[in-house]
Amino acid sequence: MSAQKEAERSVNSDPTTITDDPIQILDEDGNVLPNAEVPDLSEGQLLSMYEDIKLARKFDQRAISLQRQGRVATYAPMTGQEGTQVATSYALDDCDWLFPTYREHAAKYVHGMSLESLLQPLRGYRDGYAIPDDVNVMPEYIPIATQLPQAMGMAWGHKKQGRTDEAVLCHFGDGATSEGDFHEGLNFAGVFDVPAVFVCNNNQWAISVPRERQTASETIAQKARAYGLEGVRVDGLDPLAMYEVTREALRKAKNPTDDERRPTLIEAVQYRYGAHTTADDPSVYREEDEAEPWRQKDPLDRLQHYLETEGILDEEREAEIDDRIETQLGDAVDAAENASADPDEIFEHVYDEMPDRLREQRDELNALREKYGDDAFSEVLE
Amino acid sequence: MSSAATPSTESSTDNLSLVEAVRDGLYTEMSTDERVVVLGEDVGKNGGVFRATDGLYEEFGAGRVVDTPLAESGIVGSAIGLSLSGMRPVAEMQFMGFIYPAFDQIVSHASRLRSRSKGKYSVPMVIRAPYGGGIRAPEHHSESKEAFFAHEPGLKVVCPSTPYDAKGLLIASIRDPDPVIFLEPKLIYRAFREDVPMESYEVPLADAAIRREGSDVTVYTWGAMTRPSLIAADNVAEEYGVDVEVVDLRTLSPLDVETIVDSFQKTGRAVIVHEAPKTAGLGAEVATTIQENAVLYQEAPIERVAGFDTPMPLHALEDYYLPQAVRIQDQILETADF
Repeated sequence: MSAQKEAERSVNSDPTTITDDPIQILDEDGNVLPNAEVPDLSEGQLLSMYEDIKLARKFDQRAISLQRQGRVATYAPMTGQEGTQVATSYALDDCDWLFPTYREHAAKYVHGMSLESLLQPLRGYRDGYAIPDDVNVMPEYIPIATQLPQAMGMAWGHKKQGRTDEAVLCHFGDGATSEGDFHEGLNFAGVFDVPAVFVCNNNQWAISVPRERQTASETIAQKARAYGLEGVRVDGLDPLAMYEVTREALRKAKNPTDDERRPTLIEAVQYRYGAHTTADDPSVYREEDEAEPWRQKDPLDRLQHYLETEGILDEEREAEIDDRIETQLGDAVDAAENASADPDEIFEHVYDEMPDRLREQRDELNALREKYGDDAFSEVLE
Repeated sequence: MSSAATPSTESSTDNLSLVEAVRDGLYTEMSTDERVVVLGEDVGKNGGVFRATDGLYEEFGAGRVVDTPLAESGIVGSAIGLSLSGMRPVAEMQFMGFIYPAFDQIVSHASRLRSRSKGKYSVPMVIRAPYGGGIRAPEHHSESKEAFFAHEPGLKVVCPSTPYDAKGLLIASIRDPDPVIFLEPKLIYRAFREDVPMESYEVPLADAAIRREGSDVTVYTWGAMTRPSLIAADNVAEEYGVDVEVVDLRTLSPLDVETIVDSFQKTGRAVIVHEAPKTAGLGAEVATTIQENAVLYQEAPIERVAGFDTPMPLHALEDYYLPQAVRIQDQILETADF
């Protein structure tokens, strides 16, 4: 961590100083700020991070397009937030755990889930929640803020079992900070000093409710102070800053110095460029030009500029990246659209062992399917 | 939205969908009772995620149509406080699946302040929540957990199945001296329209409705399941000559025992249809109520067509989970033939 950022963080920890600027490494154009230190990432890692952010953006466009064609159901877009999602997951080690919400598609992908699996719940299949054994990702959390106490609990369990090298990173939004579970999770994390990193994706909007209306606090980071945690504000549109701050928070979670406490609350200041979900129409409640200043700080553009300036990215490499992304997305959509679900799945995995009563219900359904055919069950009631 | 904001003198009804009738009920009651306030997530400027509060913010202002922070326990707890102060809050839970943070406020306080205080305090408030499946929604957006609330003494639980009832039941709920859980079947929010009086009226929170008269089998249901029940009734009448009576309970707690029992005394056969899981669902209460009051009239086992005892599946399989007309029809015939 650079001296400058250390200084900024010490400012952050003073709750009376509430107008602190978010930590940045890149300026709004993608130039490295004076005195800022670029994270220790190889050219390959930087290129790969850039490719994943670009993939995330294209995935978003494709998913929205599929929804408009009726090929997937409600989708929560992430454009503008891919930088934070990708960078925070790059900061994780494989053994670390990720607690995502319904918007963290890219964070899940980077931490090991397939693109196809991201599409499956959108098509109504649970397969996307059946996480592979070697991938430490929880199924996405939909009821707001419920993941915070659970993430804390998993980190607590790791600590109790002497596995503090397995940290837990938990995502949530600015709206979640109003729920009781946010406060209970952070309070427990502070009391039990667990190896967890809490990332608030402050995208300024909880559906139609703006951040100013969500909390009278000047910042979300300052809420950490009340629970005895460190709170850090970061430019969530600066992937390098997000990576560096998250990496440092994970270091502290796993190996705190004598005067450090493990948990951290990171406020990633960003903007939801698009709708809350494809079922939402933001033009009802906010001005379109509000997004413009944020788009000027776009994470993909900034990282591209930085990589080009450093001579890491050129047109040839860009074209290769674009080709790979198109192929990956095409394959993922094909695979997801070829998936199917058997009605027997409704009854499976409710318990370790299926109770007799449930088995009877399954058999009754199958007898009716046999008797009347599956078409009789596809009536649209509406 | 038609002319609710500027009442026409020429027409005394509006042709409304169920969700528009909810909105009209709120508008009508807010226009005549200044104590009524609406609060919830995205109910103000956005007009509600299903547009149930569309235009109310513009009409009544941010002081009476309040966008709250994202906190269900905060919404319901503060609504209890508002009602204690003499106001008439209507709190919206965005989806029934997100009501649980408020469960403690509802069952530990709203439902029992009257009895705890020997009648000194009461909580006249309404908690509205879209509920039920069938709209291809994400996980946690499709559950039917009316039984949780019908199980709680001190609460009333209401569930309209038509636009006319939606407005009349909502107005009655707002005026009711006790807390009401008002469940809106979102599958049929926009499924059909009917003429709804523009004036204020109440549908009492006591009476079930007979949607179809019949003499052979009674189907008891509510909410979005009323329509497949009626389709099934028509099908078995046409194809098999079985004459089905369909009773729409409308108010799930307290139950209209008289209408339930009267119909059973006529038919002697009952099928209960709900989309909530079968075990410990409200169907069990209806069946027992019939047994307790009319066992000597019984001609066949009382059966249930319900959601399965599983979590609501993701939407690729939800049509198998929800009682479809074919399942209801099959059970009616079995019950009629017993």
